[in-house]
Amino acid sequence: MTQISVRVDGAAYTDEVEPRTLLVHYLREQLGKVGTVVGCDTSNCGACTVHLDGEAVKSCTVLAVQADGSEVTTIEGIAQNGTLHPMQKAFHELHGLQCGYCTPGMIMASIDLVGDNPDPSEHEVREGIEGNLCRCTGYQNIVRAVQQAAAEMRGAQA
Amino acid sequence: MTAVEDRPVTAGPAKEVGQARKRKEDARLITGKTTWTDNMVLPGMLHLAVVRSPVAHAKLGTIDVEAARSAPNVVAVFTGRDLAEEQGSIPCAWPVTPEMVNPGHPSVAVDEVNHVGEAVAVIVARSKTAAQDAVELVDVDYDPLPVVLDMDRALADGAALTHDHVASNESFRWIFDAGEAGTGSSTDEAFANADVVVSRRFVQQRLIPAFMEPRSTVVQPQGDNYTMWSSTQVPHILRIMLAMTTGVPEHKLRVIAPDVGGGFGGKLQVTPEEVITLLVAKRLGKPVKWTETRSESLMSAHHGRDQIQYVDIAADREGNVLGLKVHILADMGAYLRLVTPGVPILGAFMFPAIYKFPAYRFDCQGVFTNKTPTDAYRGAGRPEATFAIERIMDELAVELDMDPLELRRRNWINAEEFPFTTVAGLEYDSGDYEQATQQALELLGYDELREEQRRRRESNDPVQLGIGFSTFTEMCGLAPSRVLGSLSYGAGGWEHASIRMLPTGKVEVITGSTPHGQGHETAWSQLVADELGVPFEDIEVLHGDTAISPRGLDTYGSRSLVVGGAAVVNASQKVVAKARTVAAHLLEASEDDLQFESGTFSVRGTPGSGVSIQEIALATFAAHNFPEGVEPSIDADATFDPVNFSFPHGTHICAMEVDTETGMVSIRKYACVDDVGKIVNPLIVEGQVHGGLAQGIAQALYEEAVYDEDGNLTTGTFVDYLVPSAADLPHFDTGNTVHEAPGNPIGAKGVGEAGCIASTPAVVNAALDAVRHLGVSDILMPLTPERVWRAIHRGGDGGDRATAGTNAYGGAQTETTAGVSTPESRLGGDR
Ligand code: FES
Ligand code: FES
Repeated sequence: MTQISVRVDGAAYTDEVEPRTLLVHYLREQLGKVGTVVGCDTSNCGACTVHLDGEAVKSCTVLAVQADGSEVTTIEGIAQNGTLHPMQKAFHELHGLQCGYCTPGMIMASIDLVGDNPDPSEHEVREGIEGNLCRCTGYQNIVRAVQQAAAEMRGAQA
Repeated sequence: MTAVEDRPVTAGPAKEVGQARKRKEDARLITGKTTWTDNMVLPGMLHLAVVRSPVAHAKLGTIDVEAARSAPNVVAVFTGRDLAEEQGSIPCAWPVTPEMVNPGHPSVAVDEVNHVGEAVAVIVARSKTAAQDAVELVDVDYDPLPVVLDMDRALADGAALTHDHVASNESFRWIFDAGEAGTGSSTDEAFANADVVVSRRFVQQRLIPAFMEPRSTVVQPQGDNYTMWSSTQVPHILRIMLAMTTGVPEHKLRVIAPDVGGGFGGKLQVTPEEVITLLVAKRLGKPVKWTETRSESLMSAHHGRDQIQYVDIAADREGNVLGLKVHILADMGAYLRLVTPGVPILGAFMFPAIYKFPAYRFDCQGVFTNKTPTDAYRGAGRPEATFAIERIMDELAVELDMDPLELRRRNWINAEEFPFTTVAGLEYDSGDYEQATQQALELLGYDELREEQRRRRESNDPVQLGIGFSTFTEMCGLAPSRVLGSLSYGAGGWEHASIRMLPTGKVEVITGSTPHGQGHETAWSQLVADELGVPFEDIEVLHGDTAISPRGLDTYGSRSLVVGGAAVVNASQKVVAKARTVAAHLLEASEDDLQFESGTFSVRGTPGSGVSIQEIALATFAAHNFPEGVEPSIDADATFDPVNFSFPHGTHICAMEVDTETGMVSIRKYACVDDVGKIVNPLIVEGQVHGGLAQGIAQALYEEAVYDEDGNLTTGTFVDYLVPSAADLPHFDTGNTVHEAPGNPIGAKGVGEAGCIASTPAVVNAALDAVRHLGVSDILMPLTPERVWRAIHRGGDGGDRATAGTNAYGGAQTETTAGVSTPESRLGGDR
């Protein structure tokens, strides 16, 4: 067992973890952060995407011990004081989800994408979220949602 | 030809139905406040891991579980022999013929394994990791038997057997002959008299539903009661079947489907793992959880499609179709699961599609192989049928030197001919194929693209353009119970709903149709808001728990709205009728003098007087001042059993670029116009179409479950099984025409499967249209660059499934992952 200290969605935790424990399992099983989910065992689906020190990572590819000393943000930590993040709002408004299983990862990946490219074209969104699979939506409404959120986030920064 | 005239008049002006309401269910899904089964933690909960067979066919020798049993934190290990008494057989609810052979399907193999991934033992441990760690400690002796994989060979004389206790690899033979059924004339005569006969062999590759949420089951014993949470589409069916299979009495078992992350038919099942979890919880008296990995899911959850189709079409020189003969080999895999044999039979009625064939014969053999069982996958039988007919119509057009759309037009049912009884005996309800086609042509920009195609042809452009059609219909809204009975299905097709009027005027709607992404909570609220005249926000939709929603037949076959929604509407109307009696009493008026508008009863001609249905709910709760002899409740139930299927239709057109030098295909434009009857929520309908298109296009271009010659699934992870990403799919241009369904009070037709059924042949027809002048007349799905290149440069259909180590199969392999370089793979097997 190894001791780690992390901040997750604004709260500080210090825990003992097995060295082999993946970040996603630490989040789900030790912290009860079950909003972040697991969809595969080969790092292909992106369902587990969270932000590690501000960058989107697939939390099934990071060991919990690697997150020691870091700041983790999950889908559960992006709404501010009960106000949805523009990306959450856009997914809702444009029907960017059906079953919702891919949605936490998709939203976290999309926020990171817009951080890097504040005004992505349709093509750039499609390429940018290539690492996140959705079996329900056919992606079109997700792409629209990301672009709408990007516009709102640009406006918010301006 | 809409049928609105005959529909019962619903209360109040339609305010909610037709609105693009944003979904209620999103609130929890976009914030991570979801209740996936795997989230469940119960005190003292134990975890399962399943030991799975690495061989496709073998006798089981000794299974040494001692090392696993004594591993840290392992509580118990069970083999098939330990569970043989209790586990029964995974049920098959659809014995399609009286003679159908069902070899039996133990949840954990007892004497023999019949496909890779079959369960051979179960580890129970205090943590998931401890259970998984112990899997490798189980030592199983496998005594190998011959492996049966190819259906043609499986049916040959002297073929090795998939199961050694059955006489052959044929499970059943099911024939429909329109001449004999009296719905058409003799196919033999039709073919004898035809000017033109075209015969083709099409392959429907094996697919994997690949829902994003891996399956998970939790069982909690409480005395002799059991509660099961499971990631299932069918909690009601699951409860009944588990009771019949395991002997846990039905009334002692509660099944809950919490938030479920997609299904697409893949969770329409009674799985071995659900049986195992229940039996282990029962044995140990402790809560138990099983959650699969993606690799387990891909190899052990049921697969879909997998047919070889021999199709013959007869026509005269003018292009009038005269007859259709279809012979299908349908791969059952190693076992029959819930509706495995019924899937091709659901397709049997759809091969004649929208065309007026005078003669039709369908002949299907269900074939066992040592592969994962097949069962429902989005469309279940109907995509296969639609592919075959829409492909052969194009082949016939080529043979007749006719425009493919002209050929379709000449033969399709005209708008004024509805209702139309087809050669397969179905009564198509409503539609206008010409109207949908015209709109789709405009959406696509057909004329310009044809012109561009001509230019590219003439200039011998390395990138050629093709346009492909699919003018489809499908039967859905499963299903009239009597029809299901006549097809030997083991249950009915009705759906149930109840409405509970709460004292504060809020409304609970209980539906037996269990959603997993379809938006029932929103759409049902819209229906009820209009019927009861209460605000959308005041309605809560409950589902997916056999204790809360005691009657239901769940979600599949595009049935939820047209059957389940119809029950909701009927139950609402009963509530209004009951409330009317109370209103008459409260307003001291005759019921006949009351009008009901926007949720309020008032006396006709007396403006201002009135009582709302929400006030009546409170008055009913108090029951202080209630009409004599009337029970104090305005709640109501309804069960709706449709008299017919509904028949959505549409025209899908794909424009495809094919790079003749690399074999790369790329969808230039995709346009479709679907008629799904009355649209309750356009946002949800469009989403369903998009998702269906993605899966249908994925069959055409990307996905294939591939087995090597030993029966190993070589596409057993998301690295190899290519679920398309956003970058792999085009923008879709979608539209609608509306011809209401006369068979339900909403006027809706199903939409869940339409896009998936329609799109696959449009895509393949488009690719072929691009390269037909180069001598290509077929390319096997999925249309990998390698196959396309080979078809263009080497002839044939691009290569059959190849053996392990070559690159010719599937879209999934690149030179690197295949590990073998062939002249072809050097050209890039990647997508
Ligand atoms: S679970 Fe992390 S990428 Fe699939
Ligand atoms: S919404 Fe179901 S997987 Fe994306």
